[in-house]
Amino acid sequence: MAISIHAPTPLQRFIGDAGEVEVDGTTVGEALSSLVERHTALKPHLYSDDGKLRSFVNLFLNDEDVRHLQQDATPVSEGDTLSIIPSIAGGAP
Amino acid sequence: MTLVQDDTTTLPDLSPEEIRRYSRHLIMPEVGTLGQQKLKAARVLMVGTGGLGSPLGMYLAAAGVGTLGLVEFDEVDESNLHRQLLYGLADVGRPKIEAAMERLNIVNPYVTLIPHQVRLDSSNALDIVKDYDIVVDGTDNFPTRYLVNDACVLTGKPNVYGSIFRFEGQVSVFWAEKGPCYRCLFPEPPPPGLVPSCAEGGVLGVLPGIIGSLQANEVIKLIIGKGEPMIGRLALFDALRMKFRELKLRRNPDCPVCGENPTQIELIDYEQFCGIPIEEPAGADDIDITVTEVKEMLDRGDQITILDVRNPEEIEICRIDGSIVIPVADLQDRIGELDPRDFIVAHCHHGPRSTRAVHLLQEFGFSKVKNMKGGIDSWSLEVDPDVLRY
Repeated sequence: MAISIHAPTPLQRFIGDAGEVEVDGTTVGEALSSLVERHTALKPHLYSDDGKLRSFVNLFLNDEDVRHLQQDATPVSEGDTLSIIPSIAGGAP
Repeated sequence: MTLVQDDTTTLPDLSPEEIRRYSRHLIMPEVGTLGQQKLKAARVLMVGTGGLGSPLGMYLAAAGVGTLGLVEFDEVDESNLHRQLLYGLADVGRPKIEAAMERLNIVNPYVTLIPHQVRLDSSNALDIVKDYDIVVDGTDNFPTRYLVNDACVLTGKPNVYGSIFRFEGQVSVFWAEKGPCYRCLFPEPPPPGLVPSCAEGGVLGVLPGIIGSLQANEVIKLIIGKGEPMIGRLALFDALRMKFRELKLRRNPDCPVCGENPTQIELIDYEQFCGIPIEEPAGADDIDITVTEVKEMLDRGDQITILDVRNPEEIEICRIDGSIVIPVADLQDRIGELDPRDFIVAHCHHGPRSTRAVHLLQEFGFSKVKNMKGGIDSWSLEVDPDVLRY
């Protein structure tokens, strides 16, 4: 099942400077796993050392927060968009 | 609940001058005289008068928001001018709040401006926020954003949120009485250093103009009580691709601040919450080396490696002769290019990135590694004025 993953600017450099990439998977977790398998440098930005998704990583399947769906286990359908939504704060150094 | 009462007997009258000034509002049915009176009665607190606060303040003042509170403690820097339209070259070095008050007073002298020349913190936030109807978050750092959110939840105020990075912007209205709060969306901040700031990553000058204007639009809609406020919605704007997207936000029943059983009923230490280390007393941190010490070492002919961890775009502006360039984000992958036996002095623009670089190198067993305090900016100021400042 091909879905597209939408990455925010700070993470785009880890996926070949692309804003959107196509991956395979039947759930949100699988889709993310295949993303970080292909782009290993991205992994520490999404997962902690114990393999858990970092708590500040916000994932939206289409326009819904996966925290309000079935988290990692949320099934995905062909053509869905999974977005990684960054916390951005602005200018302070 | 309406923010400003509909009762015309208690709303302020408009003077003949104000009627002339606001005529293009008055003739629209969605605003009309009643809406303009509500704007005049409204009290809006702007937290930050920088990139977002500039268009926001000018539009809200121009629109006739009766009372505008400004929270700002910073001074105008030359690097602010590409986006902060409240200020001009002559304002560089002045307190922003002073220059902003002057400018906004020129835009609309009928608006009452209230300066709060303080850094918003847990000791003053509730006291400042309580006197306003709406709070607008135009801040530039995570601790203040969580503080603004929590102060708004605790006082029941709507928080008109805007945030920017490079080409991307976000807008929403967080109002715990009617929808989710900022923490429902972002329960925890990212650890310091993982998300680059605009000072490191840059920001398109136009972007805060767009996002701040969208915040002003939300403020006006909340005041006049028309349209669909962005409660429970997050707008994402991508300036590079010229795309808007919208996400649904939901209240988190377990939210520690606005949830069903809140565990946090007062303001906390937000620096600590965001994992920002408390500044160590002078001398306690021995990783720093001053630019003059580095210069002396070089002049003596000591063998040192200058490691520049800035990005290629910054290297293009200026660099110290003979430095090795490895952007901090690539450092771990390219660590093999450095020799742990060397004495390494890392630097960036001002210091935060090279501090992270030093800690990373130490983790990998580098023992003779220092952070050049104040970065290449201090080098330019104190050692070599031919190195361009930016």
